[in-house]
Amino acid sequence: MTDPILQIKNLITEFDTDEGRVRAVDDVTFSVNAGETLGIVGESGCGKSVTAQSIMRLLPQPMGQIVGGQILFQGQDLVSLTLDQMHKIRGAKIGMVFQEPMTALNPVHTIGRQLAEVMLLHKKITKQEALRLSVEMLDKVGIPSPDIRMAEYPHQLSGGMRQRVVIAMALACQPQLLIADEPTTALDVTIQAQILELIAELQRDMGMAVILITHDLGVIAETSRDVVVMYAGKVAEKGTVTDVFDKPSHPYTRGLLASIPRLDTPPKAKLAIIPGMVPGLLDLPKGCRFENRCAFRTDECVQVQPPMESISASHELACLRWRELPAVDSRSGVTA
Amino acid sequence: MSVDRENAVQPILQVRDLKMHFPVREGLLLRASKFNKAVDGVSFSIAPGETLGLVGESGCGKSTLGRCITRLYQPTEGQILFQGQDITRLPARTLKPIRRDIQMIFQDPMESLNSRHTVGEILEEPLVVQSMGDGASRRKRVVDLLDLVGLPARSVTRYPFEFSGGQRQRIGIARAIALNPKLIVCDEPVSALDVSIQSQILNLLIDLQQELKLSYLFIAHDLAVVKHISDRIAIMYLGKIVETGPGESVYLNPQHPYTKSLISAIPVPDPHHKTQRIVLHGDVPSPINPPSGCSFHTRCPQATERCSQQMPVLEHHASCHEHVTAACHHI
Ligand SMILES: Nc1ncnc2c1ncn2[C@@H]1O[C@H](COP(=O)(O)OP(=O)(O)OP(=O)(O)O)[C@@H](O)[C@H]1O
Ligand SMILES: Nc1ncnc2c1ncn2[C@@H]1O[C@H](COP(=O)(O)OP(=O)(O)OP(=O)(O)O)[C@@H](O)[C@H]1O
Ligand SMILES: [Mg+2]
Ligand SMILES: [Mg+2]
Repeated sequence: MTDPILQIKNLITEFDTDEGRVRAVDDVTFSVNAGETLGIVGESGCGKSVTAQSIMRLLPQPMGQIVGGQILFQGQDLVSLTLDQMHKIRGAKIGMVFQEPMTALNPVHTIGRQLAEVMLLHKKITKQEALRLSVEMLDKVGIPSPDIRMAEYPHQLSGGMRQRVVIAMALACQPQLLIADEPTTALDVTIQAQILELIAELQRDMGMAVILITHDLGVIAETSRDVVVMYAGKVAEKGTVTDVFDKPSHPYTRGLLASIPRLDTPPKAKLAIIPGMVPGLLDLPKGCRFENRCAFRTDECVQVQPPMESISASHELACLRWRELPAVDSRSGVTA
Repeated sequence: MSVDRENAVQPILQVRDLKMHFPVREGLLLRASKFNKAVDGVSFSIAPGETLGLVGESGCGKSTLGRCITRLYQPTEGQILFQGQDITRLPARTLKPIRRDIQMIFQDPMESLNSRHTVGEILEEPLVVQSMGDGASRRKRVVDLLDLVGLPARSVTRYPFEFSGGQRQRIGIARAIALNPKLIVCDEPVSALDVSIQSQILNLLIDLQQELKLSYLFIAHDLAVVKHISDRIAIMYLGKIVETGPGESVYLNPQHPYTKSLISAIPVPDPHHKTQRIVLHGDVPSPINPPSGCSFHTRCPQATERCSQQMPVLEHHASCHEHVTAACHHI
């Protein structure tokens, strides 16, 4: 099972804003195989959620537009589908867990009604069956007293419970591809482990592919085969998890790995940071997007956009200077 | 039951046997026949300039506890003392100065930021409510705040939905520090942020704390983050605190079986690391129907007869580090 179920080729997504057009996703390419997990990490605002919204064709309208590239799902280009055709794929074949659960839940309907509605939409079952399956699904994602919770409204649930309701909704129809945008950020580590195990189980049983967007590099290391590191709308580095964690090669990836507070850092000590700010989408630099924060910048970096280059068969990055960079301590990303 | 440290300084916050029970409406008449005991007898205190980290299972009552302290919820029972003053039942009018001193950073920024207002309006609002400065100085303050949290000044004219999740969370942080509060309840303040911005925000929170002698109640699931920022950590399970202690000892030498399972489940950012997770089995209990005795006994690998009958008290045990307390019969 190593056929890509999803191939994203040169995706470009833009927004119209009061101050002009901004390009939130710029020439992004990656693919996911059936039964496997691809992790996406990157600077806040780098376009992870917009990439996910593009795949789902759920960009805010009319501002958000896919202006280039292809999104091939089982060989079919989602970009060219009508909204009706897309509607049939969403939920049934591709499930999505949204980053902020409140954006996906309707505050005026009960949890039970919202879950059952998703099931009724895509499955030929009776309302009774839908309600029964909903209780079962809530139980699977670890919500205690699921029958009582069915009658409650989103504001009556804790943050992590809402997140699990949204996960239950996305998994309800056993999709072939699950896009999970920060699915476990609001969960404690034990429930997080339980949810990740549930997802892994569905992967084993049904060959579900998963795109996991998360800031938690620990979660990526434990669950993903491949990882894409994004920065300011572009892919900075991608490869298998071992490639990227053992040999982080883009200066941004290195900075990211170095900023993680670890259990052995002394309390309240200054954490390593990447100095400076991400450029705004309205004033992107001419050359490398990371140039203004990079310790290895040269004049060429300021002038030239780095192309994607291969380090090995499975490891690629976009940095003009990767061959010359000092070696790293593979466990912490810190320059040796 | 108190987890106060031997401390001569007056605590900024004291919470005594706090309870928050939500009515659960059921049946045709929607009568409240049961209660969701979200917070069920919690006591602790925080010293000026101190950070208490609060960790616990999803749904165990952390946000509810935070919302009681900021008086967004009216607690069912117990006491909240802020700088020695009992604020548990203060009416809205007398609460105004305290609203300035105690701020909250919310878990779900989408829920807490008014989507019809621009970021500039959102950040200026608390300054207006507390009548701070004139228009010009308020607008300057707004720009300074944005800069502090790493957002460009031009964000003022934009709306929350135009930002990414992490950017929205930083707007929430800027709003919380706008009034120079004394205590901030930080509910998952950095979980929506990537690690490089997370480390900037943590550094910022620590700097602000040192400059302004701020105190934090810091709720988070990422134990490495909590350990990093906290002086002490409290572990919560089903409405109660089950263990407290300095970060180091909670980590290296967890006492309560729930704490042990938590620590064992921390994902490590190293693909070669094999996590030896203590997987919990048994029924996940509900705060609507809490188990008898120790509320963890339904899932505890060490549970005995006694655990299902008698509720353990949160106390110091001779075998533990001197500042550690735990509620377990088997220590
Ligand atoms: N509706 C919109 N209008 C204008 N700009 C937008 C809109 N939605 C997103 N953006 C911009 O697109 C960029 C990418 O946003 P996105 O939500 O994909 O970030 P992200 O990588 O998911 O970040 P985070 O980790 O913080 O969730 C951001 O700079 C954001 O400000
Ligand atoms: N406004 C409310 N009305 C009714 N019940 C509520 C309300 N707010 C919270 N609860 C209930 O109180 C319990 C504790 O919720 P709380 O949000 O405090 O959990 P939490 O520890 O913050 O969890 P998480 O880590 O998932 O955010 C849950 O059972 C929840 O359903
Ligand atoms: Mg996002
Ligand atoms: Mg919460």
